[in-house]
Amino acid sequence: MRHSEVAPGDSVHPGDPVVVDRYTTGARINHWITAASLVLLALSGLALFHPSLFFLSGLFGGGSTTRMIHPWIGVILFFSFLGLFLRFWKLNLWERTDNVWMGRLRDVLTAHDENLPEVGKYNAGQKMVFWSMSLLILVLITSGIVIWDQYFSEYFSIEQKRIAVLIHAITAIVAICVWIVHVYAAIWVRGTISAMTRGRVTGGWAWRHHRRWLKELVTGRP
Amino acid sequence: MTNNWTDIKNADVVWIMGGNAAEAHPCGFKWVTEAKAERGAKLMVVDPRFTRSAAVSDHYAPIRAGSDIAFLSGVINYLLTNDKIQREYVKNYTNISYIVKEGFGFNEGLFTGYDESKRTYDRSSWEYEIGPDGFAVRDETLAHPRCVYQLMKKHYAQYTPETVERVSGTPKDKFLKVCEMAASTATGDRSMTIMYALGWTQHSHGAQNIRSAAMIQLLLGNIGVPGGGINALRGHANVQGITDIGTLTASLPGYLAMPTDSEPTLESHLGKRTFKPLQANQTSYWQNYRKFYVSFLKSLYGEKATKENEFGYQWMPKLDVAYDVLRMFEVMHQGKTTGLLCQGFNPLMSVAYKAKTVAALSKLKFLVSMDPIETDTVRFWENHGEFNDVDPSKIQTEVFMLPVTSFVEEDGSFTNSSRNIQWKWKAADPYGESRRDIEILADLYLRLKKLYEKDGGKGAEPFLAVDWNYKDPTHPSSEEVLKELNGKALVDLKDAEGKVTRAAGSQLASFGEMRDDGSTDGVQWIYTGIYGPNGNMAQRRDNSDPSGMNVYGSWGFCWPANRRILYNRASADPQGKPWSDAKKYVYWNGERWTGADVPDFVPTIPPERGTGPFIMNPEGVSRLFARGFMADGPLPVHYEPFESPVTNPLFPKVRGNPVARVFKGDMEVFGSAKDFPIVGTTYRLVEHFHYWTKSVHMNAVAQPEFFVEISEQLAKEKGIRPGQMVRVWSNRGQVKGKAVVTKRLVPLKIDGKTVHQVGLPLNFGFIGETKKASPVNSLTPAVGDANAQTPEFKAFLVDIEPIPGPVA
Amino acid sequence: MFPPIPNPTTQATPAKFGEADLIRRSASNITPAAKRQTEVAKLIDVSKCIGCKACQVACLEWNDLREEVGVNVGLYENPHDLTPNTWTLMRYTEYENPESGNLEWLIRKDGCMHCADPGCLKACPAPGAIVQYSNGIVDFVKANCIGCGYCVKGCPFNIPRISKVDHKAYKCTLCSDRVAVGQGPACQKACPTQAIVFGTKDEMKKWADKRIADLKSRGFKNAGLYDPPGVSGTHVMYVLQHADKPQIYAGLANNPTISPIVELWKGLTKYAGLTAIGAFAAFGLLHHIVSGPNRVSDEDEKNAKRLAQGRS
Repeated sequence: MRHSEVAPGDSVHPGDPVVVDRYTTGARINHWITAASLVLLALSGLALFHPSLFFLSGLFGGGSTTRMIHPWIGVILFFSFLGLFLRFWKLNLWERTDNVWMGRLRDVLTAHDENLPEVGKYNAGQKMVFWSMSLLILVLITSGIVIWDQYFSEYFSIEQKRIAVLIHAITAIVAICVWIVHVYAAIWVRGTISAMTRGRVTGGWAWRHHRRWLKELVTGRP
Repeated sequence: MTNNWTDIKNADVVWIMGGNAAEAHPCGFKWVTEAKAERGAKLMVVDPRFTRSAAVSDHYAPIRAGSDIAFLSGVINYLLTNDKIQREYVKNYTNISYIVKEGFGFNEGLFTGYDESKRTYDRSSWEYEIGPDGFAVRDETLAHPRCVYQLMKKHYAQYTPETVERVSGTPKDKFLKVCEMAASTATGDRSMTIMYALGWTQHSHGAQNIRSAAMIQLLLGNIGVPGGGINALRGHANVQGITDIGTLTASLPGYLAMPTDSEPTLESHLGKRTFKPLQANQTSYWQNYRKFYVSFLKSLYGEKATKENEFGYQWMPKLDVAYDVLRMFEVMHQGKTTGLLCQGFNPLMSVAYKAKTVAALSKLKFLVSMDPIETDTVRFWENHGEFNDVDPSKIQTEVFMLPVTSFVEEDGSFTNSSRNIQWKWKAADPYGESRRDIEILADLYLRLKKLYEKDGGKGAEPFLAVDWNYKDPTHPSSEEVLKELNGKALVDLKDAEGKVTRAAGSQLASFGEMRDDGSTDGVQWIYTGIYGPNGNMAQRRDNSDPSGMNVYGSWGFCWPANRRILYNRASADPQGKPWSDAKKYVYWNGERWTGADVPDFVPTIPPERGTGPFIMNPEGVSRLFARGFMADGPLPVHYEPFESPVTNPLFPKVRGNPVARVFKGDMEVFGSAKDFPIVGTTYRLVEHFHYWTKSVHMNAVAQPEFFVEISEQLAKEKGIRPGQMVRVWSNRGQVKGKAVVTKRLVPLKIDGKTVHQVGLPLNFGFIGETKKASPVNSLTPAVGDANAQTPEFKAFLVDIEPIPGPVA
Repeated sequence: MFPPIPNPTTQATPAKFGEADLIRRSASNITPAAKRQTEVAKLIDVSKCIGCKACQVACLEWNDLREEVGVNVGLYENPHDLTPNTWTLMRYTEYENPESGNLEWLIRKDGCMHCADPGCLKACPAPGAIVQYSNGIVDFVKANCIGCGYCVKGCPFNIPRISKVDHKAYKCTLCSDRVAVGQGPACQKACPTQAIVFGTKDEMKKWADKRIADLKSRGFKNAGLYDPPGVSGTHVMYVLQHADKPQIYAGLANNPTISPIVELWKGLTKYAGLTAIGAFAAFGLLHHIVSGPNRVSDEDEKNAKRLAQGRS
C-alpha cells in the first residue's frame, strides 16, 4: 500500500481557481530562517574562501566579525534545518517512481510534465535537494566545529583541522550549487514561490507538478 | 679570578668543575664559546649533574657531590706519575723543591699537630726547613725525601683512577679523559683555564677544593699565563667588590686584617704580617703591608690619626673570634644579639638550616632590612602555611623595612669576577620613597653621632673619631667614595732627591706611592689608581685590544694596578722569554718587563736576579705545600661531607674535615645515611638571580616553580612520575616540589654502594611572583669550611617520596 | 666572534623597508618593487646554545608581552608551548647518542622560521594580514588580521598562535621594527654566547659553514645547516649537530613543506569551487533563456477544478 503524500495542514479549497494549502506558517517560518542562514553563510563563507570575495565581509562589519558570526549562523542553520528535516523527511523518502522521474530528466528540463509519472508532494529532484542538503549540512557543521578555533581549538590537531577546512570548503561549494538548483527550480517553475510565501499554490500548479498529492488531498486516499 | 673573563678566549682547554658557568654566568660564558669557536678549545665539565655547561661541552664526567678532592687528587697523581708536569715552570715557580721541616707528617687522614678536643691543628710543623742564612732550604734535584715533590708523590699515590671511581663514582675512562685533556696543557704552548664557583666553595673542605685545582694548574704551568689560571666566578654583579671592601668581620678593605685581641698595638699587628723574604732577592710584597694599613687608618680617622696615637689603631675594634655567618646566627640563636641590620641580605634564604635561622631571628629585638625588594627574611615572622610555618604571636621581633634604590637607580661601580671595576650610570629615577644605601647609612651615622655628642656613652670616642668628610655629609656621592678608596697625598710627596712627586691633596696614581708615615691616605690600596690624577678610570670604555691577546686594558680598571692577569711574570721562562710564541704575554725585552699587560713584577728587575714571579709570597714562588696558611692542612685530603652516604673510604677514622666549623647544636642534627640515603645538592638556575628575581614577573615566567631533579632510576625506584609532587626531607626540615625526572642525573657506585643524587634549585621562597615554596636551606646543614666558614650547601643527605598533589 | 651590530643612534632613523618592499601580501595581488632588499637571516647555532632563555625574556621585553606565570610540569620548558605572548621558546631534549653513547642535551629555540614560501601567508584569507618583505621577513599585521586561524593550518612548523583575548594571530616578527632601523632582533641582542647571530642570509650561511666545520672537527660528522628547501629556505636557520635528524630537536620537521591539504584547499578547490558555482548559476540562466518559464496552463487549472469538484 502506498503511504500518504499529505502533510498536516495540507488541504484543498475548491473555487476558481482551486487553492491548495501546501505549507503551514510554521513550516514557512522555518524555511525562511534556514534560507536566510544559508544565504548569510554562503556570503560570509565565500568572503573567507576567496580573496576576490573578501569584500563581502563588509556586509558583516568586517573580517573579524565575519569570522566570529559565520559559525554561529551555522549553528542556527543546523537547528533550523533540523526542524525542516523533521517536518519533511517522511515525504522525501525515495520511491520507485522517483527513478522513473529521474530517468526522464530531459522531459523535466524541457517542461514536458505530461511525460512524467504523477508526483506526490515532492518530486525526485526536490527529494535529492532535500537529502543532499541534509547530508551536506551535517558535514558542514561537523567540519565547522573542528575549525571553530574560538571554542574548540584545543580539541583537534592541526592536521585534523587542515582536513576539516578542506572538507568544509568543498562541502560548502556543493551546498551552494544545490542551493542554486533549488532556487532556480522555484523560479523556473512558476507558481512555486507562493507555496513558501503565502503557503498556497493554485490547483493547476498542483495538478501539473504534484498531481498524486492533489488527488490524495481531494480524495483522501493515497 | 687570577685571569680575566676575556682571557678565557686564549684557553686551549676549559675545565669547568665546582661551578656551572653557563647556568650561573651566562654572559661570561661567552668567552668559553669564543675559545671553542675561534681557537678550537675543548671544554670539559665535571659535575654531579649534566648541566647547561655540559650541554655545550666536549667531555662530561659525573661526580658525587662533595668528593671533588678525591677527583682532583687523582688528577694530581696522574700528572705526577705520568710526568705530565711543566718541569721548568714547576721547578722555578713553585715550592716543589723546598724541604719541609723534620717532624711534619700525615697519618690516617690527619696531619701532625691535631688537637681533637679543640678541633684545631697546631700548624708549627707544617713549615720549611730554614737554613743558616735564614732562607728556606731547597733541593733542586727533588730527591730529598722531605722535599715537597717527594711528599706529594707519597701523599697522592693512593689516588689512583680506581680509587677515584670508588670514591667519586666517576667511571675510570671518563676520569682518565679529563686527566689527558688537562695534561695536554703541560707543554708551555697550550694552556687550560679552570672555572669554578660555589660548587667548590660551599663544602666543609671548600678552600682545599680550590687549592687542589690551583696545584694542578701550577703543575701544568698554567698560572700567570694567558688562557690559564684558577678562576672563581663570583655570584653577584659586585660580590668581588664587596669582598675587596672587606665586609667579612675579620678583614678590612684590600684584604688587610682586622685587629684581634692578641694585637694590642699597631706594631704587634703589623709585625705579624710584614713578611720578610724566605729566599734571596725576593719581593715579598706584603712587606708594604704597613703602608697600606697606615693609609687606611688615615682615611678612617683623618687628621685625628697621628703617629703618636698609632694612627688611631686603638679606636679600631679588636676581634675575639671571626664572626662569620654561621657564628653570627649561632650567637643570635643563643639570644645574645639585640639587632640585625640586613643590607641586601636575605638570611632566611641564604643561611644554612632555616629552622635555626627562624629561631635566631625570633630572638632579636629588632631586624632592619635595607633592600630594594621585599625579602623572605622580613616576613620570617609571618605564617605562610607549610612554606613558613611559624606562630606570629610568639615572635616579638620588630621589623623595619627601608626601601633602597636598585643598582640601576644610582651611579656607582661594579667589580666583576675578574677584578675589573666598571662604572655604571644611573638609568632610572629611584622608585617611591627608596633612598640610596649610602644615604641611609650616612643618615644613621649622623643621627648616632648627634646622640653620642649629646649623651656620650660606650664607644663614643671611636665613633666620634671617624672622619666624615663629604661635600654633603648626608649624601656622600659614589664618586667621592671611589676617590676615598683610591687615596691621596696629604702632604707634598718627595723622592729621594727632594723633588715633589705628588703634590699635597692630589690623588695617588698607584699604591706604590703609599707611605707608612701618615703622609698618604687611601681606604683600599688594591684599588689605588682607579681614581688617580687622571680621574675616574672605571668609566673608561675603550674596547681596543692592541696586543691581540684579548687584553682590553683601557676598559674600566682592573685591580691591582690595572693588571689583567695576576702573576703574569710566570708567562715567561726564568730567562724572561715567553714559554712559547702562542702564549707570549709579559716578557723581558732586555731592558724591562713589557708585553700585553701591566707586568705583575717590578718592571726593571732583570731575570738574572732570580726574583720569583709570585711576588706576594716571601718565597717568590707559589706554594704546592701551603705551609701553615690553611687551617686544615698544607696538602688537600679527601674528607667526606659531614652528611655523606659512605664513611671515608680512604681514611675510615676521619670522616669529615677535622677542623671544619661546626657548632654543638648543629652537629646533633646531622642525618645518617641509614635514614637519609640520598645525596642532595643545591644550585641556582639561569632563569633567576638568587632570591631576587622570584619577585620579577618575567623571570617567574621563565621558571615559575620549585622543582627537584632526580634520575630516571630513582624515579622508578620510588615510583615518581615526571611532574609529580615530591617531598624531600633531611634531618632538619622538608621541602616539596615538582619532580623533574631526567637522564642528566645518574646514580653512581660509591664504594660498592649505589648512591642517588637529587638536585635542589635554591631560587624559590614564599615571597614573590613564583609559586610559593619552602626555601631549600630548610634542608641544608650548618657546617662551614675550615678556612672560609662557607656552609656546606652542596652535599648533604636527604630522602625523597612521591606525595599526592596535582600531577602536571 | 661575529661582528656585533653597533648600537643605534639616539636620533630618529627612517625605516629601511616598508609597504613598498612587500613581495607577498595575503589575499592580495601586488606587484613587488623591482629593487629587492638584501635577504636577512637569523642563524641559531644549537651547538652554542646554553638554554638560558635570555632570548625568550628579551622577546617579551621588546615586544611588550605579558606572559602568565605558569607551573612546572616536570620539564625545563616554561611556558610549555608557544603562546600568543611567547613568540619564542627554548625546547630541551635529552638525547642519548647511539653512536658515541654520550648524553646530549639539545636545546632549540623554537619560533617562526620566516619561510621563503610561507604557508601562513598562503592560507590567510584577510588581505594584508600577513606580509612578506623582500628581505625575507614574514610579518603579521594585526590591524588586518581577522583571527580565523588559517595561518595555523598553513604553517608547516606549528608556530602562529591565536589570542583568546583579542582573537588575533601572533608570532615572531623577526623584530621587523628593529631590523627596519638597522638593528638585529631582540633575541639576538640578548644572546650571551652568540648562539643567535643576525645578518644577511649569505653572511649567515658563510658563518654557518665555519661553525659546521668546527662541529665536524669535534666528531659531529652530520653537522649541518637547516635551511629547508621544502619551503624554499627560511630566514631563520639552525646549525644542528645532527642535521640528518632534525626530528630529535624537539620535533623539528625533517622536511617541512606546506601541507598538500592546504595546497589543495588554497589551490584547486579555490578555483574549481568558484567555477562550479558560476557554472550552476550560468546553467540556470541559460536554461531559462532557452526554455522559458515552466508555467501552469489554464488546462491545468481546469483539471484541478474538475478534480476538486468531483470530490464535492
